[in-house]
Amino acid sequence: MIGVELRKLFRRPRTWVTIALLNALPVLVAVLLVLTDLAPRPGEGPAFLSAVLTNGTLFPLAALAIVLPLFLPIAVAVVAGDSIAGEAQGGTLRYLLARPAGRTRLLVAKLVAVIAFVLVTVVIVAAVGYVVGTTLFDVQPLATSTGLSGTVLTPEQVAGRTLLAIGYVTISMLGVAAFALFFSTLTDSPQLATLGALAVLIGSSLLFTLDAASAIAPYLPTRYWLSFVDFFRDPVLWRDVTRGIGLQAVYVVVLLGAAWANFTTKDVTS
Amino acid sequence: MTETVIATRGLRKRYGALRAVDGIDLDVRAGDVYGFLGANGSGKTTTVRMLLGLVLPTEGEVEVLGRPMPKAAREVLPRVGALIEGPAAYGHLSGRANLALLDAAGPGGSRRSRRQRVGDVLDQVGLGGVGKRPVKAYSLGMRQRLGLAGALLRRPDLLVLDEPTNGLDPQGIHEIRTLLLDLNSTGTTVFLSSHLLAEIEQLATRVGVLDRGRVVLQDDLTTLTAPTGATVVQTPDPARVRAVLGDRVLSTDADSAVVRGTDPAEVNAALVSAGVPVHGLRLQRPSLEEVVLAAASTSADRVGVPA
Repeated sequence: MIGVELRKLFRRPRTWVTIALLNALPVLVAVLLVLTDLAPRPGEGPAFLSAVLTNGTLFPLAALAIVLPLFLPIAVAVVAGDSIAGEAQGGTLRYLLARPAGRTRLLVAKLVAVIAFVLVTVVIVAAVGYVVGTTLFDVQPLATSTGLSGTVLTPEQVAGRTLLAIGYVTISMLGVAAFALFFSTLTDSPQLATLGALAVLIGSSLLFTLDAASAIAPYLPTRYWLSFVDFFRDPVLWRDVTRGIGLQAVYVVVLLGAAWANFTTKDVTS
Repeated sequence: MTETVIATRGLRKRYGALRAVDGIDLDVRAGDVYGFLGANGSGKTTTVRMLLGLVLPTEGEVEVLGRPMPKAAREVLPRVGALIEGPAAYGHLSGRANLALLDAAGPGGSRRSRRQRVGDVLDQVGLGGVGKRPVKAYSLGMRQRLGLAGALLRRPDLLVLDEPTNGLDPQGIHEIRTLLLDLNSTGTTVFLSSHLLAEIEQLATRVGVLDRGRVVLQDDLTTLTAPTGATVVQTPDPARVRAVLGDRVLSTDADSAVVRGTDPAEVNAALVSAGVPVHGLRLQRPSLEEVVLAAASTSADRVGVPA
């Protein structure tokens, strides 16, 4: 069943168009930086971008930072929101369940496919970022990006910490996926499920900027998304990263539980 | 006593105040072609979905192939092929790829024989030469055939088909009817849900009629359309029939007369000996349409103003 869902997802042209579009923005940014040589000053613009002109190996991280606030969550919400509601809208859900695929198994397979999509997408964004970064920019050992510690990271350290950052961004996106998947079991419209998940994220981002909401800020799903920059401090600043992982885990468990409870007991009338 | 394939007891489904299905007891036996008739909105689709475990009953029991549904869905459904409210497939994939995915999505059937089985079933529904064309380029009739292929893929013991000839041209309808009768003759039980009386009359051996969520009629087709005990006489002169046979004549119209009597030969002899011209004779049988209209009320999608 999991194999079936993976085949469906990755044989679908839309999946690859989404991934290609997702890569367009970082590539455009890289080209503009090279042509103008106008990097944002440290502390401004997307994370790591100020450093890439002098060290292209940091561009994968800059690319992730560019797509993380909006593009990546949209892509994840589209795919996860489509997972059950898309089958319902297309009429194939009733045939899958009558096959019988089993409601729990179908939900698990959809979840695995969404996780695979997130992982593949993040890895491709990082890989394209690496190729673009190392061909367009200079490569040299670097001082840590934030300028907080000022020590030099070896290329091996950069590679290892980039992998950690990829893992962390993937986990951050699982919260989005869980929201979209839950909404996807509530409605027969994939667009509605996707927009629902995006509404949660936009709401969360907005509340995060509001001082009056500081009491609930630690529980907002987008609160620790950008904490992956902490992997590049020396020593690594683990506090926000572990909190981020814990927070996403809670969202994922609760929402998937709700999705399961709803999907296994609902009337499929689509 | 033949084996029961579908049995429901007091099956009910309520959506809020609406009683979509209101306590029905279906009885479909092995080898039947069961015609499940009902007007639009009479609860046919909800019933079909409850049989397949898609909609969960509010009350009552469902047994399919001798096992409770939806509890035993994992054992029952691999032996059931279904076409539910029109076919559905992934438009960007070919019919072949769609069937392979459907086959892989559930239990049973080895991976090695999949290509062969998919090919066989496509041949069976007349889509063998369709090639790699994506389903979105299929005509309505081709989609219907693909849906049937999906239902037949598991070589099921029970076929549950909702309007299987929808979108097909007359040749296609004839082809599918022949296919269904072939399958039935080799032991497949067919549960055929439709509002097309003619289709049911041509195919079914047993008929159930649903009206506003209740079964108002369930019997063998031959019993329902059994002779009424009268003979219809085709004659250019119905008035003379009345003159000869007197109060045995139940009714007349322009070119026929209905006469009490179960032996057309006897009626013929009486008329011919009296010199009445007779063009034809047959036993009177009610059509399925007359039976259904007598049993069921008005169409459920007719929303009139209460008097």
